[in-house]
Amino acid sequence: MLNILKIALRNLARFGRRTLLTSSLITLGIVGVLLFVAVSGSFKSIMIGQFTDALLGHLQVHRKGYVASIDTLPLNLNMPPAMVEKVEQVLKRMDSVEAWSARIKIGAMFSNFTETTSIRINGVDPEKEAATTPLLPGRIVEGSKQGPLLKPGEILIPTLLARGMKVKVGDTVVLVATNRDGSVNGKTFVVRGILESASGPSGKDGYIHLNDARELLRMKEPEASEIAIRLRNPALLDKVSAQLSQELSGLAGPGAGQNGQPGAMASKGGGGALEVHTWADLSPFASIVRMIDLLAVFIKIMMVSIVLISVMNVMVMAVYERIREIGTISAIGTPPRRILALFLTEGLLLGLGGTALGTLISLAVIYALNIWKVTFNFGMQQGIVLSPAVSARDVVTIAAMVVVMALLASLQPAWKASRMDPVTALGHV
Amino acid sequence: MALIKAERLAKTYRTGEVDVLAVRGVDFAIEAKSFVVFVGPSGSGKSTLLNMIGCLDHPTGGKLSVFDTDVSTLDRRAAAEFRGKHIGFVFQDFNLIPVLTVYENIEYPLIMVQDWPEEKRRKQVTRLLEAVGMSGQADKRPDQISGGQKQRVAVARALATNAQLVLADEPTANLDHDTAYRIIELMKKMRDEFGTTFVFSTHDPKIMGEAEVIFALEDGRIHQPSSIGVPVHA
Repeated sequence: MLNILKIALRNLARFGRRTLLTSSLITLGIVGVLLFVAVSGSFKSIMIGQFTDALLGHLQVHRKGYVASIDTLPLNLNMPPAMVEKVEQVLKRMDSVEAWSARIKIGAMFSNFTETTSIRINGVDPEKEAATTPLLPGRIVEGSKQGPLLKPGEILIPTLLARGMKVKVGDTVVLVATNRDGSVNGKTFVVRGILESASGPSGKDGYIHLNDARELLRMKEPEASEIAIRLRNPALLDKVSAQLSQELSGLAGPGAGQNGQPGAMASKGGGGALEVHTWADLSPFASIVRMIDLLAVFIKIMMVSIVLISVMNVMVMAVYERIREIGTISAIGTPPRRILALFLTEGLLLGLGGTALGTLISLAVIYALNIWKVTFNFGMQQGIVLSPAVSARDVVTIAAMVVVMALLASLQPAWKASRMDPVTALGHV
Repeated sequence: MALIKAERLAKTYRTGEVDVLAVRGVDFAIEAKSFVVFVGPSGSGKSTLLNMIGCLDHPTGGKLSVFDTDVSTLDRRAAAEFRGKHIGFVFQDFNLIPVLTVYENIEYPLIMVQDWPEEKRRKQVTRLLEAVGMSGQADKRPDQISGGQKQRVAVARALATNAQLVLADEPTANLDHDTAYRIIELMKKMRDEFGTTFVFSTHDPKIMGEAEVIFALEDGRIHQPSSIGVPVHA
């Protein structure tokens, strides 16, 4: 085998320019794909991080039907205290859960005493919310980012609302909300900060303290509209989601049957009272992520085509140009399988060479991009640092794909060479 | 016992709509360790005969036995194995592998055909390099040596696997007379040294005189057996 390898290498060197051209094509293909995977992966991670760490958390638990009617923020689909407690008990037991935050979501009227508009409000426990969505304080563009996120009596409002209503940090505003029983209540708040708006759900919501939200809605018991959850390892999202769904499906709690809802607590699709949603279920950005993934697949297909066509072209030419040589080695008794192996090895070496070079160049460029700290803007978010990275699994998968394709592309020419009639081959001019 | 025995051996090619009778029922026998030439003009059937003896082509009629094997029954793989085991080839155009050195060209069949261990290969190649007078050129590539030297290397390659039969189709056609004679002399020397049977073809009357057995071919028939030759049904 070593000798076949040696002869194959020399044959490739004999047609140096052609070998170089083909290897370059494969190298370019590999570089293109690995860079795309690395950069798009970084972009994806950053964007997903923005959604999960500043807005949604990785997972959310809702009462069944709440997400389906989330546009109206239905208070009658809040989770009662017993249900919240049961969920929290489950979350405490799960090592994969880093933090969680129970929220009350309210549709309210916002007034600056001269004008009134509508606003969506999240009532949150500041400490728990900061632990669950650690990038939330970073969205404060005006006002202090120091200290607790909120104190009772304070409100964070989105930029667009602040601009439209000409409200500044320190101003007093009024929130008016209707509770589940239909009674209206109002409460004054001091604007603590102005949040940059973000695309997606909850991106233009205001924030008040959880106790203020309960007071505004005259809640007698600590209900919650949703529980946002932060995971220790976001890569385990689907696994933890399934585990949580499983855990919650086995729960039945007092109070769960209020408001005409089923008494048992169960996972999404389980027919129970609770649903577990991943960030991807809740954010339209998930479609963009899928599009990026699809694009990556198309780029891989293109690369594979490049490899297939270029290697096949080279190997067809190699066989054609060496017909007499094939006739000679066949005449002296070289078994057809060794002739096949020789040409397959040449194709394989082309693929391996191009792949090795392409991988090295890609890793060098990715390293350089990480050193140079390329930044970009996304929506209102400025100066996001691109950190392209490619996993060993991706590198191995792509490299293996190229090498296998190079081998497959050589198969037909190699087969043809091994089946060549020696007399015809020797007579070839 | 003849090394090669042909009885009413025939070969017909189909060229378009026409059947071409390349070899028309010839009979001959070749003894081991003999030095044999097939002579005749172009198209007389010399190469076809050598191809059939070398298991590169199948007869369409008659019987051909080489080393007591009916070679007309061998399939592609068996024919390759048979050639690798028993037969060496020398070609008109030398057909050395351009990417390999002189040494590696001679070593090639020992690697690709017979899987000899390295030490045994080294001894064999060194011995053959000395035998053909190419020891000083071992590291050169084919494009760095002359035509005569290439043919010497080709003879050494043909003998590398200890083939008992070497077939040479017009081995001197691309050489000048002096070089051609030296190649024929070399082949004879190899026959004497290794006991190999040499069968070659030529249309050069001066070269044919060097052979010990001559079969003259014309239009696919052996029509002028030499006094030294042994045509079975002459």
